[in-house]
Amino acid sequence: MAINWFKYSAPSTFYGLAGKLVPWFAWPSAILFVIGLYIGFFVAPTDAVQGEAYRIIFIHVPASIMSMFLYLIMAAYAALGLIFNTRLSSMMASALAPTGALFAFISLWTGALWGKPMWGAWWVWDARLTSELILLFLYFGFIALHASIDDPRRADRASALLAILGSVNVPIIYFSVKWWNTLHQGSTVKFTGTSMHVAMQQAMFITLVACWMYAIAMTLARVRSIILERERNTQWVAELPEVRS
Amino acid sequence: MNKLSLFGLLRLVISRDLMLAMRRRADVLTTLIFFVMVVSLFPLGVGPELGMLRKMAPGVVWVAALLASMLSLGRMFSADYLDGTLEQMLLAPQSLSVLVLGKILAHWMLSGLPLVLMAPVLGLQFDMSVQSLWVLIASLLLGTPVLSMIGAVGAALTLGLRGGGVLVSLLVLPLCIPVLIFGTGAVEAAASGMSVASHLSLLGALLVLALVFTPWVTAQALRISME
Repeated sequence: MAINWFKYSAPSTFYGLAGKLVPWFAWPSAILFVIGLYIGFFVAPTDAVQGEAYRIIFIHVPASIMSMFLYLIMAAYAALGLIFNTRLSSMMASALAPTGALFAFISLWTGALWGKPMWGAWWVWDARLTSELILLFLYFGFIALHASIDDPRRADRASALLAILGSVNVPIIYFSVKWWNTLHQGSTVKFTGTSMHVAMQQAMFITLVACWMYAIAMTLARVRSIILERERNTQWVAELPEVRS
Repeated sequence: MNKLSLFGLLRLVISRDLMLAMRRRADVLTTLIFFVMVVSLFPLGVGPELGMLRKMAPGVVWVAALLASMLSLGRMFSADYLDGTLEQMLLAPQSLSVLVLGKILAHWMLSGLPLVLMAPVLGLQFDMSVQSLWVLIASLLLGTPVLSMIGAVGAALTLGLRGGGVLVSLLVLPLCIPVLIFGTGAVEAAASGMSVASHLSLLGALLVLALVFTPWVTAQALRISME
């Protein structure tokens, strides 16, 4: 039997699939958040150096990781859409952008809250903070460019080019900012021989998975709205039970 | 019809753009005056203390150059777009990337080069040393073409959009940050007596990288915008 690999690359079939998948990601995300934050706040021990304030990492670190990953995934979807001219990939890219921007914002916000007790300042011009801020600007640029072009196909392709250019530029920006100034603490999470307590590590890992699930659920829910908006004049949308009623 | 060589084509595009600009000299001058005004506003804002001004000078000159180059980006393709020349360029048998490169170089000669020539005078306002001034000129010479090239991509993407002028700054400014960092870094290193070679080399590397990729990316962006 031949498998049709491209069945779900059509918006009409993906719409239904996405609808079925959303609760499968949304509920685990909520449950894992509760578990992860419980371990983080009540089980994990107090840090020897940073006291209780370090507990913000259970939000801060996953949000930072997600903001960077989502930009790459968004650029990859955008590139797919540009190269193979698949409508759904471009819709996924524009569905990912707001979630990525949200994570970048959360990362900056919690970073500021963490910075006040640790460094004594809400904001320091350190390499990672600065590049995270620039990442947020890149997200804004993508969203703004997409929003200001009326023709959705042109908007997709133009913002795809911008996303690719941005993702090429991200390492250059990162290293330039890094050489410019470095104050942020070094990486604590390593694949071998981490310096963290096991409970801390577990809590962070669980909240990271919860963030992934949240991002996937939100993106799928948002891509459903985008599909409905773009395909509003088609027959299959008119026949949907939720549209009819 | 005789066949144009690559450099012949490049020269043709550049001389055409320069001639068009010379007929509307006010446009070029506005950018330059903006640059001078922004730089001159800073001492009024932060006070006339020479020690602080000397320290701020490279950053102020560079940020002003960055903003001034944003101002003129909108003009890079819009006139050609409105009168249909751009469409003819897209249809031409010659490589669009080379045409675009010509337009970028012409844009730099009109908006970047005057800034480079003007910068030493502004540096004197800030009491910069002669050695720092030379480094400032070198860093601007290497950096401003990159600004024009990255800006060209933004200008091509926002072609014919409402509110394009502000949008293009929003898209391009974050991508220009490395140029700003290495550009000011070089002058600061010179002022504190360190070697400027590393900063200038990195700026040169950015220039080469941009020279190779941005004309092609801009050409793709133009095709997307014009279809």
